[in-house]
Amino acid sequence: MIETILISGRTIDQGATLEEKTSQAYFDAAAYCELNEGNLEALGVSVDQNVKVATAHGTVVVPAKIDKRLPDDIVFIPMGPWANAIVDPDTCGCGMPGFKGIPAKVEATTEAVLSMKELMATYKE
Amino acid sequence: MPVIKDVVCTLCGCLCDDLEVTVENNKITKVGKACKLGRAKTMGPFLHERIEKPMIRKNGELEECSYDEAITKAAEILVAAKRPMSYGWCSTSCEAIEKAVLLAEETGSLIDSTANVCHGPSALAAQEKGAPTCSLGTPKNYADLIIFWGCNPVHAHPRHQTRYSTMAKGAFTPNGKKDKKMVVVDPRNTDTAKKADLLLQLKPGTDYVLIEALRAIVNGHEDVLPDEIAGLPKAKVLEFAEMCKAAKFGVLYFGMGITQTRGRYKSGDNVSSLISDLNQITKFVMIGMRGHYNVTGFGQVAAWETGFPMAIDFSRGYPYYNPGETGTNDVLMRREVDAFITGAADPGAHFPQESIKHLFKIPAIQVDGYANPTTEFSDVVIPAAIAGVECDGTAYRMDCQPIRLKKLVETTFKSDEEILTEIIAKVRELKGAEGAKGGA
Amino acid sequence: MAEMIIKNGVVYDPKNGIDGEKNEICIKDGKIVENVGAGAKIVDAEGCVVMAGGVDGHTHCAGKINTGRVMSPHDMRYAPIPGLSGEEPRTKLLRPQVGYNTPNTYAIGYRYSKLGYTSIAEAAITPMMARHMHEEFEEIPILDKLGLVLMGSNWQVMQYIQDKDPEKLKAYMAWVLLAARGYGVKIVNPGGGSSWTWGKNVSGLDDKVVDFDVTPADILIGLAEANEALNLPHSIHVHCNNLGMPGNISTTLDTMKLLEKVKTKRDRQVMHVTHVQFNAYTGTSWMDFASGAPDVADYINKHDHLTFDMGQLIFGPAMTMTADGPTEYRNARMFDAKWSNYDQELEDAGGVVPLNYTSQHFAHATMWSIGLELALLVKDPWKVMFTTDNPNGGAFVNYPEGQALLMSDKKRQEVIAGFPDMTMDRISLPNIDRELGWGEIATMTRAMSAKMLGLDDKGHLGVGADADVAIYDIQPDKVDPSVEHEKVKKALSFAKYTIKGGEIVVRDGEITATPKGKVYWVNAYENGIVQAEKDRLMTDLEERFAKYYSIQLSNYMVEDAYLPRPVEIRPEVA
Repeated sequence: MIETILISGRTIDQGATLEEKTSQAYFDAAAYCELNEGNLEALGVSVDQNVKVATAHGTVVVPAKIDKRLPDDIVFIPMGPWANAIVDPDTCGCGMPGFKGIPAKVEATTEAVLSMKELMATYKE
Repeated sequence: MPVIKDVVCTLCGCLCDDLEVTVENNKITKVGKACKLGRAKTMGPFLHERIEKPMIRKNGELEECSYDEAITKAAEILVAAKRPMSYGWCSTSCEAIEKAVLLAEETGSLIDSTANVCHGPSALAAQEKGAPTCSLGTPKNYADLIIFWGCNPVHAHPRHQTRYSTMAKGAFTPNGKKDKKMVVVDPRNTDTAKKADLLLQLKPGTDYVLIEALRAIVNGHEDVLPDEIAGLPKAKVLEFAEMCKAAKFGVLYFGMGITQTRGRYKSGDNVSSLISDLNQITKFVMIGMRGHYNVTGFGQVAAWETGFPMAIDFSRGYPYYNPGETGTNDVLMRREVDAFITGAADPGAHFPQESIKHLFKIPAIQVDGYANPTTEFSDVVIPAAIAGVECDGTAYRMDCQPIRLKKLVETTFKSDEEILTEIIAKVRELKGAEGAKGGA
Repeated sequence: MAEMIIKNGVVYDPKNGIDGEKNEICIKDGKIVENVGAGAKIVDAEGCVVMAGGVDGHTHCAGKINTGRVMSPHDMRYAPIPGLSGEEPRTKLLRPQVGYNTPNTYAIGYRYSKLGYTSIAEAAITPMMARHMHEEFEEIPILDKLGLVLMGSNWQVMQYIQDKDPEKLKAYMAWVLLAARGYGVKIVNPGGGSSWTWGKNVSGLDDKVVDFDVTPADILIGLAEANEALNLPHSIHVHCNNLGMPGNISTTLDTMKLLEKVKTKRDRQVMHVTHVQFNAYTGTSWMDFASGAPDVADYINKHDHLTFDMGQLIFGPAMTMTADGPTEYRNARMFDAKWSNYDQELEDAGGVVPLNYTSQHFAHATMWSIGLELALLVKDPWKVMFTTDNPNGGAFVNYPEGQALLMSDKKRQEVIAGFPDMTMDRISLPNIDRELGWGEIATMTRAMSAKMLGLDDKGHLGVGADADVAIYDIQPDKVDPSVEHEKVKKALSFAKYTIKGGEIVVRDGEITATPKGKVYWVNAYENGIVQAEKDRLMTDLEERFAKYYSIQLSNYMVEDAYLPRPVEIRPEVA
């Protein structure tokens, strides 16, 4: 398990699939977590194996990807439903939730990644 | 094959207006000059599925219905609500936005744009300190120092650097990149950063501190700075400051790294102050990298119609504004809203989990061309034409430049503007029957 | 269509020589006519003042004001004048209203109408931003509108002047008015807007513009001569260099003298100089700065080639917004105020800065006096337009305050009595006892502004004029404006009737109808420029757009869709 900071944000593939969010292409573009080489090793995880990312606000399972240029203390999930399962909802009294800089814990997992619809369904009560 | 030239792209805030679109048998088959985002958007209706018919959720499942039924149901939901909310309206035309504002007025709703999760804090920063900015063609011609702070144009605004910034050629920058230096401030060494002349890879959440340090240097107080600032060695910060002071024209483009991180709008506020301080020495401007192609348009239309650019509450009959209280995620998290209409945006995909939980509990209306996470919690779904492809209208670029969108193909889908007009008519009919409610 | 007759009014119609006569005004199909039939609707003016609807020839009401709005959420709630400011909920007839210095578009339309104004001119828009101005125009109810297009720091303008190519300049100016659907030529701090892109400015008429081999004087003469060659309805409209700086009177007088040599075939000025109050300062610094109004007025009294407007200060919060970018930066640093800036590629600069004027500061007290001195010392009211450079000097809803002050020496002296001592040897106002009458007020607020703009059917009540009429609840034979300042102010704030195009839109200070107004623009290009010159211009513009602009040439020009009710004026070609 590693302790890290989660940043979510735009990617070109996520942007190119904005109008097809029910597709495999969007799933591939938005459901993953990037870590650097050292962190993947520390977790004992290879690219495309699943990791569970947990913050104070939730947990999400996504495949791991590699970004060699990431620092040790940052992981990145593209903006979208998988990142937003665990971002900080607090708007700090000014309207903007916390999409970047959220303390997170990452560990290897055998749990499956939820599809977009499955993920949304978890919000129903 | 007819090629329509000078088409306006409708994806990101670059609002490139030089696209060349080939239309064959009322289908777009080719999009020239666009980036990957623009091509995907412009060809979208012809590449993948879209919402074909209006739908109403019955017993948990969405069932097809007529436009009239969907419009009526939407109007009924809004009229019955005590605290309705309208959200989004940024990937559509200004003409549609005007109707969205009118609908919010008529129903005493809250209304907000996607700036709530994007550049809303930049509006707050402008309210604190002002916005010292310029048109996108100005740095193209003048800037010898390009700064990308908390943004990653290679991914989010792919043609920005060629058209407007790093590689752009202009009157005083005839050699493009060779006449300029490019600096990136980002905790990640992104695809934009890897090409930078200088990367300030600060610790996450320390943007405010770095801005403050730069201001200290610019104002002649570098002696107060410690050896490490924002996770960076002092020498590197000094180097950055010297580049700024030595520039003939510096431009600071900023994005979510400034608006979404620790300090929220305080960082943007401080950037504005930094720009003002730098102008004592040399020419400097800041430009917000607006995400969606017409989120700026929402801010413009809302400001001239209501006085406020976003987070507007019409429940008093006149516009009331207090981000932190009236922002979309504020009211959703306080569970204050009992009905929700969204158009030309996807809160389901882009809101935090706590907001989505509430959205599942209340009646929700979606106006969109495509099914997406918002569809999952919507109770009424109304398919819309794609503005800039299937209907024309006005959009405002990230620098507030208005450009007219073109209609490229014929469609049977109604535009957002038409849909909203019909909902307004229905709301009036229902209210006429009930008697006036609220401030309307 | 509807016929109307206004009876029992005391009419002030300076253009037609009517100065307080009990005349009837007949209206048919939106125009003033000779007679109407027996079935005409009767409007009983009950002995009250009747004038043409007001024509505001210089106001910041569409475009840059939006930046001001976004910067000022607090202004939306500010309500110093009940009924003309602050928040008002929507009604069956009206959209919601907010604001004071930067009201929303609906408030602008309703409140000007309440003041008895029926036409407004947006003072400054760059050609590239004109589409925005037209979008806001469409949301301003009732009033007729037009826009003045910035040309004084424009690359093409300066290049063609530098190239000594007046034909190309003419063609370009006409094309820009077409592209922007604009009405006239606005010049702000000539040349300075371009220098400001490097953070620099011009220091006076003979100071070269950075990157160009032209001076502000060259720009003024070039544009003025082309303006007259095109036979445009309005003259050049000029905000002088060195605005707001002590000692700027010399620049202002030099600018006025410079234009003596330009001739016009039209029956009007060759230059309108705007908000002269901000440009009439003697002295060398803020410590010895004083009113230069007497010298400026003396010059204007001796010369007939120009008109001007006051730029009157109103105490309290104001919002400065101008294409004078360097001045706005200076203001922001001086007052530690919020600063918005906008450099428009190839076209001009701009800035928005909130300020507050107080009667307790000798500088503001002096500035307040200067505006009034200018209007009172210039003898011919046909040379004077009443303005506050809304909202730079103050919000337009204060026009009644300013106009009532011009009519009452007593009230002026009351205000002066509250000024700090340091003001007193800087101003002449204490010794000016002239009080303007209704005819002079009518001249300065409608008759001369319409003439100055070249709007033949506005600003007067002669046969053929647009049926835009204001009736104010003051009986001139019963109320002495010299004494009853408050009554005058109230009457001018809430018209007894405002009639727009023959329709009653205000009754006893309340809006009764919200028709949509027209947008006037000038097409001097179509017929006014020969094809060979058009071709020559286009060749050059195509190259410039490709190299320098960030927008395609084909997407630059304002489309028909933005003017649903246009009035296109084509000047006669020489």
